[in-house]
Amino acid sequence: MSNPKYKWIGTRPDRPDGADKVTGRARFAADFNLAGQLIGKVLRSPHAHARIKSIDTSKALALPGVKAVVTAKDFPEQADLTVPAGEMQVNLRDVTRNIMAREKVLYEGHAVAAVAATTEAIAKQALSLIKVDYQILPHVIDVAEAMKPGAPVLHETLMTEGAKPPATKPSNIAKRIEFAKGDTKAGFAKAEVIIERSFTTQAVHQGYIEPHAALASASEDGQVQIWSTTQGHFQVRGFCARLLNMETSQIRVTPSEIGGGFGGKTVVYLEPLAVRLSQKSGKPVKMTMSREDVFRASGPAPGGNVHVKIGAMKDGRIVAGECTVEMQAGAFPGSPVGPACMCSFACYDIDNVFIVGFDVVSNRPKVAAYRAPGAPISSFAVESTIDMLCQQLNMDPIDLRLKNAATKGTKTAYGVTFGVIGMVETLQAAKDSPHYKTPVKPGFARGVAAGFWFNVGADSSAAAHVGEDGTVTVISGNPDIGGSRASLALMAAEELGIDYDKIRPVIADTASIGFNFVTGGSRVTFATGLAVVNSVRDLIRDLKSRAAKTWGVDPDGVIWENGMAKPAGSNVGTFEPLSIAQLAATAGKTGGPINGHAQLNVTGAGPGFGVHVCDLAVDADTGIVTIGRYTAAQDVGTAIHPSYVEGQLQGGAVQGIGWALNEEYIYNAQGRLANAGFLDYRIPVASDLPMIETVLVEVPNPTHPYGVRGVGEVPIIPPLATVGNAVARATGLRMLDLPLSPPKLSAALDAARPLMAAE
Amino acid sequence: MAKIHVTTTINGAPTEFLCDPSQTLLDVLRDQLGLTGSKEGCGSGDCGACSVTVDGRLVCSCLVLAPEAEGAKVETIEGMAQGDKLHPLQKKFVEMAALQCGICTPGFLIASRALLERNNNPTETEIRYWLAGNLCRCTGYDKIIHAVMEVAAEMRESAK
Amino acid sequence: MTDIQFKVAKTVREAASLMAAAKGKGRILAGGTDLLVQMKAGMVTPGTIIDVKKIAEMVSITETKGSYRIGAATPAAVIGEHKKLRKAWPGVVEAINLIGSTQVQGRASAGGNLCNASPAADSVPALVAAGAIVTIQGAKTRRQVPVEKFNSGPGKTTLKAGEIVVSLTLPARPKTSGDAYLRLIPRTEMDIAVVGVGVSLTMKGDTCVSARVGLGAVAPTVLLVEAAAKALTGSKLDAKALDAAANACSAACRPIDDKRGTIRYRTKIAGVLLRRATAIAADRAKGISRPAHSQQGH
Repeated sequence: MSNPKYKWIGTRPDRPDGADKVTGRARFAADFNLAGQLIGKVLRSPHAHARIKSIDTSKALALPGVKAVVTAKDFPEQADLTVPAGEMQVNLRDVTRNIMAREKVLYEGHAVAAVAATTEAIAKQALSLIKVDYQILPHVIDVAEAMKPGAPVLHETLMTEGAKPPATKPSNIAKRIEFAKGDTKAGFAKAEVIIERSFTTQAVHQGYIEPHAALASASEDGQVQIWSTTQGHFQVRGFCARLLNMETSQIRVTPSEIGGGFGGKTVVYLEPLAVRLSQKSGKPVKMTMSREDVFRASGPAPGGNVHVKIGAMKDGRIVAGECTVEMQAGAFPGSPVGPACMCSFACYDIDNVFIVGFDVVSNRPKVAAYRAPGAPISSFAVESTIDMLCQQLNMDPIDLRLKNAATKGTKTAYGVTFGVIGMVETLQAAKDSPHYKTPVKPGFARGVAAGFWFNVGADSSAAAHVGEDGTVTVISGNPDIGGSRASLALMAAEELGIDYDKIRPVIADTASIGFNFVTGGSRVTFATGLAVVNSVRDLIRDLKSRAAKTWGVDPDGVIWENGMAKPAGSNVGTFEPLSIAQLAATAGKTGGPINGHAQLNVTGAGPGFGVHVCDLAVDADTGIVTIGRYTAAQDVGTAIHPSYVEGQLQGGAVQGIGWALNEEYIYNAQGRLANAGFLDYRIPVASDLPMIETVLVEVPNPTHPYGVRGVGEVPIIPPLATVGNAVARATGLRMLDLPLSPPKLSAALDAARPLMAAE
Repeated sequence: MAKIHVTTTINGAPTEFLCDPSQTLLDVLRDQLGLTGSKEGCGSGDCGACSVTVDGRLVCSCLVLAPEAEGAKVETIEGMAQGDKLHPLQKKFVEMAALQCGICTPGFLIASRALLERNNNPTETEIRYWLAGNLCRCTGYDKIIHAVMEVAAEMRESAK
Repeated sequence: MTDIQFKVAKTVREAASLMAAAKGKGRILAGGTDLLVQMKAGMVTPGTIIDVKKIAEMVSITETKGSYRIGAATPAAVIGEHKKLRKAWPGVVEAINLIGSTQVQGRASAGGNLCNASPAADSVPALVAAGAIVTIQGAKTRRQVPVEKFNSGPGKTTLKAGEIVVSLTLPARPKTSGDAYLRLIPRTEMDIAVVGVGVSLTMKGDTCVSARVGLGAVAPTVLLVEAAAKALTGSKLDAKALDAAANACSAACRPIDDKRGTIRYRTKIAGVLLRRATAIAADRAKGISRPAHSQQGH
């Protein structure tokens, strides 16, 4: 499938970093080493909630081989200032407390101290010599419990922002937010059918296979270099500068290849510690998290409680929707409750909507972004409720959604009016898919659900440099997490009219390219893609002026076509077209090196919609769910490299399936995580799954020259309800709480059996 | 504590190293021999990112003690391509976009090769179970399974 | 720095005497798939690691008059590749082949799985059902013990100081016998059994003439459920007999609630898997082959 409008866009060439990644040559964070480096290790809290009375590091420091020890004292206090972290917001005062506990430890795994030593064994031994005197405090894990009056309070100064009436004493509710459209009271009064239910989901981890790792080298003149695995090396630079009171120009961050992030690598954990240890020891310091550390101390995605009420007419038209979202923020404020609220009903054109959200802290690791942060949680509740509506009205789940689908001009509850969007097209594509047209196999049942994500633009910089032979280096600043080098090179090739192979995309460090916001929010192919396109256009402008100079004509008299400078018309004169290689060869005579660059704040991200279809069977005796067939349809704008677009849909869908079926953070009575490892935190394995069929619906984004929409986030949203809806139809039982793990599903089936028999 | 002297063969090359008795083969490969293509995703045998073969047998190198390599033949991802020629699996993984971030890729390639050396006509289900110990969080496995099936088909074709 | 010794034993006796010399701080290295994880987690700090994989008796499979002796350190993958053994004891081989991933199979052994003494060990219920005998070498003498008497609690064995497990012996049995092992895990692979059931049957026509049932992950050790065996023996494996045997399995459960399953769920699943495993074992006894990848019987 290639796009007939384009030569390169829509084709599937090998990715530029392919050979490196199949040979083991690609360097991920833990693969970097420097001569004379020390190994850094972190001491972590065994308690869910405790006051730190004192820390004695003297014995650790005295151990031969130990070169530095740091605690919170080594990091300056921060102002109460909120800054962006990926698609979420964080408060610097909290960030410094999250990287190193200050007054209190707020979750099991919270960093308390760090050491740097000549070997890992010595560093580990040193940790055991650090004495921390804790005063253990009562802890709270569950959100509903944390919201109750009398719950242990994590932050003595936390007053609920936006509370009605205003908060008068501290609590764990950091914020209350509200979105409204129309009049839900009138809407429900008009409704012929009203369905209302409460749903819960559990915290899940992004589950990237590469643990966090960082290598830092500080020199005596105050300059620092960092190599780390991150979705945003400019953010690593920014956070380290803030947290260490340094100037950004003194810090140079080189991103390694990144072994998965999904939002979880948009914040810092190890980098500031490694820098501080390096500054104190005068040696490079390398730090890596163990898998257990990753689960206990890096940001999971939150769990949440969602209450949904939907009112509809008998013809399936939804006339009112209400939703209340209570969301885990982890130990510090800042859950993705905002996007959860905004996405809840965004797939639909509903006149009357009212949404309330609460951001709630509890003794869990601070949540981080995870693919469409917040949206899967609210969407699970809304899409499950809509499925109940379909069942009650005996309507096809796609038809009912078509009847209510958002279109161009639909005003959302959060105030935005949609431009050109593809919700209707995506529903129709799902309906027309081979999967949906095939009758459900005996023993299986089918579920359908939809999902929405805004997608993001933000800051990007790019440059394009022509080499002496006319090949082109395209430089950008977003770590390539899933094939973005290929997408950027394809757009550059299309724009320049030269072969994809003649373009080498490079990801530059923070000192070698202008600022770039994180790889996240599905923004790289869209926003950085636009920066690349603009940098190439800048380059073409330069190329044309070189041709004009060569020919002695006005630059306006030159056009660029199929990789060649040509006279714009016969009035300009008769000249043989000049190729980029020819122009490069004579560049010295026409003005020196030929480069283009661009930097912009990109707006106009095109929202994305997904519709998923799942056939599954439930073993009634064991509660085990077997996925038989799965299809993900999505409005992807324009698929630049369709293989990697499909890959986003497939990977996102499987993460969502894991969220629906088995993934969850399990806490024991002491508030300690009981399943901090890949053995008992059960991400899907290959044998759990069928092939994931994809339907790429191309409704181009009018604000992008190639119609790109972000695609990475949407696919994780629909699976939770798609699976849940299929289970409901397979068993006759509506499960309101995720995950649908075998013990839970089996117990629910057993409990329902006598009731169902009686009906 | 005395280090142990180990004489082994890695990717066909005679190799000697000194290690602690409790050091893993993965640690020696990565930290001492510079063979960082084998990755540590968990250190407990649950993710397969450190897959290598020892005497032809697929194992997690994080679950092998380095001294056990004495006299053995170890094959890692660094030995999979021959000169400048990628192994058919490596080529197909790139062609079919069977990787996104690439951290799990070396493990999948080593494990897939071990499967196809035993069975060049595996069913989809057999491939999925054989590779169940290799976690991938990016791809949903789809394109990986397709790539292995495709290479198996090519192997059968060329064996005709 | 730690002071760990690494020794490669050439004979069983040498391994046993190294074990004795380590004064309780010796650890046998077979496949290492449990030992290395425990060392990394800091749960175990051995004084001496004794590699037994160079001892032929401990890494080989031999057959004598229909009885099979499996060296305790034989990798699971090697056991799975032994066609005759797989035909004779499909349930035992399946159970051993369910220990961990393909990678783990290349290393893990039945002896290690037994000595790790997890109540959820996959191989043990099948070995219990098979009536396997454990051969143990001490500093001076050898002894044998039925597999169901080997473990004494989670992580605990009845091995005396300086003793090591040498091999497991599966008895000869009539041609009209069959066995099966089923476990329940939330995923299809890579999990620890929530419940595991091994069933071994000998049939005479449609009648079950002898049965043994092993039940894992529902009590501090893997159980031999004699009441279930009794319910099956003499029956035609009819609904009544299966009900009684399933109930006996559920009744034998003394499980815990944990991150892997609930008391209620484990108790129920013990009965469910008994029925399913019995059906497979009976088919096999009748010469009807049942495919792999049906670990949960669905």
